[in-house]
Amino acid sequence: MTLEDARRVLGARVLVGENCLDQEVGTVCGSDMMSDVLAFSKDHSILLTGLCNPQVIRTAEMLDIICIIFVRGKRPDDKTLEMARDTGLVIMETGHRMFSACGMLYEAGLRGGAI
Amino acid sequence: MADIITLRYTVSPDDFTRAGEASSDVKNKLKQLGIAPPVIRKVSIALYEGEINMVIHAKGGEITVEVSPESIRMVLADVGPGIPDISLAMKEGYSTAPDEIRSLGFGAGMGLSNMKKYTDYMDIQTELGIGTTITMIVNVT
Ligand SMILES: Nc1ncnc2c1ncn2[C@@H]1O[C@H](COP(=O)(O)OP(=O)(O)OP(=O)(O)O)[C@@H](O)[C@H]1O
Ligand SMILES: [Mg+2]
Repeated sequence: MTLEDARRVLGARVLVGENCLDQEVGTVCGSDMMSDVLAFSKDHSILLTGLCNPQVIRTAEMLDIICIIFVRGKRPDDKTLEMARDTGLVIMETGHRMFSACGMLYEAGLRGGAI
Repeated sequence: MADIITLRYTVSPDDFTRAGEASSDVKNKLKQLGIAPPVIRKVSIALYEGEINMVIHAKGGEITVEVSPESIRMVLADVGPGIPDISLAMKEGYSTAPDEIRSLGFGAGMGLSNMKKYTDYMDIQTELGIGTTITMIVNVT
């Protein structure tokens, strides 16, 4: 599955990285706790989160996460989006809540990866 | 690459939004040096956890990273309150972080154990009221 496929499944809007949606994605991690993301996440994955601060971008950067999708219509400020652009991340937003967004991606075939 | 390259950073305690800048810079420098991606990933995660701890639990400090052909050595020295019980602090889930930090996405009590997991060597020296120095090594080969 590519990021564009994931975008379509969630009806998400791309905020950063429109031209990088052909990247393959293997796993998804959904959490508002960056501590948990740092402890469990795999690389080349999507991070689904409702948390909206610059540390979300940093956390994704450290883990080589390729895309962050903000759930329930959350949107980071311009400075945070700028950071994401510098890092080469793809950023999207979806109106769906965390549970629904995870379920939709799971149904589409994406998994969380073994711990 | 026969020499040891030393990188130094001052971590400011005042601005949580800037926490991670040192780790980000180290990550970019290691990429430029052509270090293997799995090694960079381990260093990045361990260093970032440590840098965040310096901001949320201590009053900032200094990070020194030495890159040699064999290993990457990170020393994080803070001027914080120290850690009263290291084995308790190392336990997954143990955290003294206030709710305010938890609302920022940290304070699950995973950092120190994660640092241990991603490094080949980790040592904690701490003195109450003076500060904590954590040394971590990731082998390159
Ligand atoms: N540099 C430090 N100075 C003083 N105390 C520290 C320091 N680093 C960690 N601690 C103490 O050890 C505890 C555990 O640290 P750890 O990094 O494992 O978890 P955390 O920072 O509370 O949460 P998380 O890392 O999951 O966001 C902290 O809550 C704190 O009490
Ligand atoms: Mg921590």
